Amino acid sequence: MKAAISSSSAAQPLSPADRAQLEQALARYREHPGPLLQVLHAVQERLGYVPDAAIAVIAESLNLSRAEVHGVVTFYHHFRRTRPGQHVVQLCQAEACRAMHCETLTAHVKRRLGIDFHETTADGRFTLEPVYCLGNCACAPSAMIDGELHAKVTPERFDALLAQQEARK
Amino acid sequence: MSVTVYVPADATALSLGAQSVAEAMAAEAGRRGLQIKLVRNGSRGLFWLEPLVEVATAAGRHAYGPVTAADVPGLFQAGFLEGRAHPLHLGPTEEIPALKSQQRLTFARVGVVDPGSVEDYVAHEGYAGLRRALTMAPADIVAAVTQSGLRGRGGAAFPTGIKWQTVLDQPPQQKYVTCNADEGDSGTFADRLLMEGDPLSLIEGMTIAGLATGATQGFIYLRVEYPHAHRALNRAIGAAYAAGYLGPDILGSGRHFDLEVRLGAGAYICGEETSMLESLEGRRGEVRVRPPLPAVKGLFGQPTIVNNVISLASVPVILQRGAAFYRDFGSGKSRGTMPLQLAGNVKRGGLFERAFGMTLRELLYDYGGGTASGRPIRAIQVGGPLGAYLPESQFDTPIDYEALSGIGALLGHGGVVVFDDTVDMAGMARYAMEFCAKESCGKCTPCRIGSTRGG
Ligand SMILES: Cc1cc2nc3c(=O)[nH]c(=O)nc-3n(C[C@H](O)[C@H](O)[C@H](O)COP(=O)(O)O)c2cc1C
Ligand code: SF4
Ligand code: FES
Repeated sequence: MKAAISSSSAAQPLSPADRAQLEQALARYREHPGPLLQVLHAVQERLGYVPDAAIAVIAESLNLSRAEVHGVVTFYHHFRRTRPGQHVVQLCQAEACRAMHCETLTAHVKRRLGIDFHETTADGRFTLEPVYCLGNCACAPSAMIDGELHAKVTPERFDALLAQQEARK
Repeated sequence: MSVTVYVPADATALSLGAQSVAEAMAAEAGRRGLQIKLVRNGSRGLFWLEPLVEVATAAGRHAYGPVTAADVPGLFQAGFLEGRAHPLHLGPTEEIPALKSQQRLTFARVGVVDPGSVEDYVAHEGYAGLRRALTMAPADIVAAVTQSGLRGRGGAAFPTGIKWQTVLDQPPQQKYVTCNADEGDSGTFADRLLMEGDPLSLIEGMTIAGLATGATQGFIYLRVEYPHAHRALNRAIGAAYAAGYLGPDILGSGRHFDLEVRLGAGAYICGEETSMLESLEGRRGEVRVRPPLPAVKGLFGQPTIVNNVISLASVPVILQRGAAFYRDFGSGKSRGTMPLQLAGNVKRGGLFERAFGMTLRELLYDYGGGTASGRPIRAIQVGGPLGAYLPESQFDTPIDYEALSGIGALLGHGGVVVFDDTVDMAGMARYAMEFCAKESCGKCTPCRIGSTRGG
């Protein structure tokens, strides 16, 4: 934990735009009871992740220690600590999707994008993440791409979805 | 005259193409110069028929499905707006055998109503339970819930009325009603389906819980993996405020209840109630030592009800129709109905609400139709990662809390995941170990995750 904290103090400074977003998130939720999770959600929604440099700012604003904020950020799988790619691809890994052999899809996607889970392609276009149930378990395997849910995703269907997504941007 | 056409906006229906179907409907109607009113309802839960399009005809609602955007011109051509024949025509919706044979008490309105409309909700007997509750003493509301036999649908099956009584018994002070909408078990989606398809029944149930215990603030703790439910809840909460069903003076009664949604952040353990409370307070979701019970010292140290979505959404019908009506469904000590969820390698997956007592075999074969792959069922997982894998030899077990614990299983939240004979059981066991290790909160007052890990 110590190492992580010192690395966060050596963190890349926030850009003025990011800093402004962070201030807005804080202003919106600071007065709520137990606001930390809401602040972190708001930061990730605006910036796509929770930068290390934000931790000290949040801690000071909410009157918490940096270790506390860091502890919360790292406890929850949802919070990213690095900037994601343009598109976020989430593949369900839980039991009902396994019953429909989601491992085959996972292997295909990793090969296709050339990355493992929690990684971003070199061109910054795609980030790949595992997810543990999307509540779409009767139409497995499930995937979510940029918040949009997809059912019965075969490797072929994934490639088609990817092509669609590329066409959009 | 405009005809009402229903195209679900439920996440599963959308994942199967419902949005392009809705757009095609609007476009085709426009091309033909026809007036249609598109309602984006929830899903009826018969997922092999999604996207399931319905049309309101003079003879009631007729269903067509599964519909693709490419089918839409043909449907118009065949006269589906009058409920005419077409290869995808399923007849009157309520007569579809898999729906007709259900006993939908909690899910009565899901897939039927426009989930964002208080007016539609009230037209379908919504808020009748709250109106009744507003005329009752708190202790009588709690007594009705106790007498209904309702037990927590989140997994632990604890009697809901007893929990409420403890909160009512605490001296007047700030009290809370919290809804556990973390739905972390694979193979479960009842909470999601309800929150997207009939969120007002959850809102009504929480409001009644507030009246029953003197709690004036509610929180729904929703998993972040459910963005569609998040939007549906916020929309319905906004509509309930606008219509005077939430806020400082509910329906002019002088009673007060506020409600908001808070998002989780992808931690399975936050479905455990004390961990959920920690998370609601903005901290790491570490399990709290008990006692004190949340009903005595819960959120921010105040008396707090923690109930699952389905438990709370079952309360309106209990208040409306009476405890005896609800209790008359079920078997043994498992009273009422249970929304069962059939998932994984299954031919006809979905949600089936039935009184307790049906066997696993009936669920798997009569409703489910066996596996999607057509191969034999090798095993089923009941009760999520903390539950058990059951072989074929146990499929004649009735679905009730006691019968399942009698064979060392757990009904949990009512999810059943089907595996065919190609499953690698050792691989599944390895996955379960890894999942529990990854999701452990690291504190250890042994909750079930600990025992699953063997520690
Ligand atoms: C590890 C673990 C995970 C749980 N996950 C959930 C969940 O996702 N949703 C839920 O309602 N209850 C869950 N529970 C049960 C809750 O602790 C609690 O019993 C329940 O929310 C109480 O509501 P009920 O009485 O209405 O079921 C979980 C329990 C444990 C031990
Ligand atoms: S068993 Fe695991 S998850 Fe449960 S309290 Fe202990 S460490 Fe936390
Ligand atoms: S297990 Fe994959 S969506 Fe539920």
